Amino acid sequence: MIPLTHYLILGAILFSISMVGIFLNRKNVVILLMAIELLLLAVNVNFVAFSHYLQDTAGQVFVFFILTVAAAESAIGLAILIVLFRNRRSINVEDLDALKG
Amino acid sequence: MTFIQFAFYFFASVLIFAATMVVTIRNPVKAALFLVLAFFSAACVWLTLEAEFLAIVLVLVYVGAVMVLFLFVVMMLDINLTRLREGFGEYLPIGGLIAILMVLELAIVLNSGGFSEEQFPRPEGHPETYSNTKELGRLLYTFYVYPFELAAIILLVAIIAAISLTLRKRPDTKYLNPADQVTVRKSDRLRVVKMPAEKNEPQP
Repeated sequence: MIPLTHYLILGAILFSISMVGIFLNRKNVVILLMAIELLLLAVNVNFVAFSHYLQDTAGQVFVFFILTVAAAESAIGLAILIVLFRNRRSINVEDLDALKG
Repeated sequence: MTFIQFAFYFFASVLIFAATMVVTIRNPVKAALFLVLAFFSAACVWLTLEAEFLAIVLVLVYVGAVMVLFLFVVMMLDINLTRLREGFGEYLPIGGLIAILMVLELAIVLNSGGFSEEQFPRPEGHPETYSNTKELGRLLYTFYVYPFELAAIILLVAIIAAISLTLRKRPDTKYLNPADQVTVRKSDRLRVVKMPAEKNEPQP
């Protein structure tokens, strides 16, 4: 049968891919948000795997809460993105230097 | 190789492929579509872990709502792609190196024996009468009822924040104040004009 390690390594690979995605697409806010969603998915895979192998449903409850927070985060992030695009006509991270000291 | 093993490795490879495409593909619309594929494969992986409720929630909430939101936003924005892709390959070598190192380190730690099959044997499947949804619901509404309500408040805050961020005052909207509307009297609006009746002459 599938050992727990394989699920954890799947989570690790997914986490690393999304981290590289944040490095590569550091100018495109949309892809950055998508990479954050993937990071949270990697964490969720770990939670579900441990929940199954330890026979403890609490892990799944945590996944439930992470999903809630991630959905709220992406909704607010996309709203900020829309306002940003309306004001600056660009979503390039390099153009967002209004807070520069 | 049993069917469940085949299913796990198949869905896991699709998931990794889709995740790689999300972060490397040029077009954001295609990236969002690959993200849909990634979430769907993740839901299938969770099904092999007997987390049926969460798998369906992932498909419904993420593929159904969040991804549609992403696609909507991506298609609404008119993005200059060439500027956004500047310096894409600049951090690829160092980023890839760090990622491969991270995976290797985690693999070493995970294979060191602490998570071996002797320590964590795969549990027997639940009987047919077991309901994952019922079990989760029982936990959510008893032990986790306070965090559950906090989650509801987080969602409410998210709704209010998203709406108030994107709301804008337009000068040309035909908006009526309901309070003014209900206090309107007939004499303010209606004027009865007395005039003599006209005789309808037949046309020659």
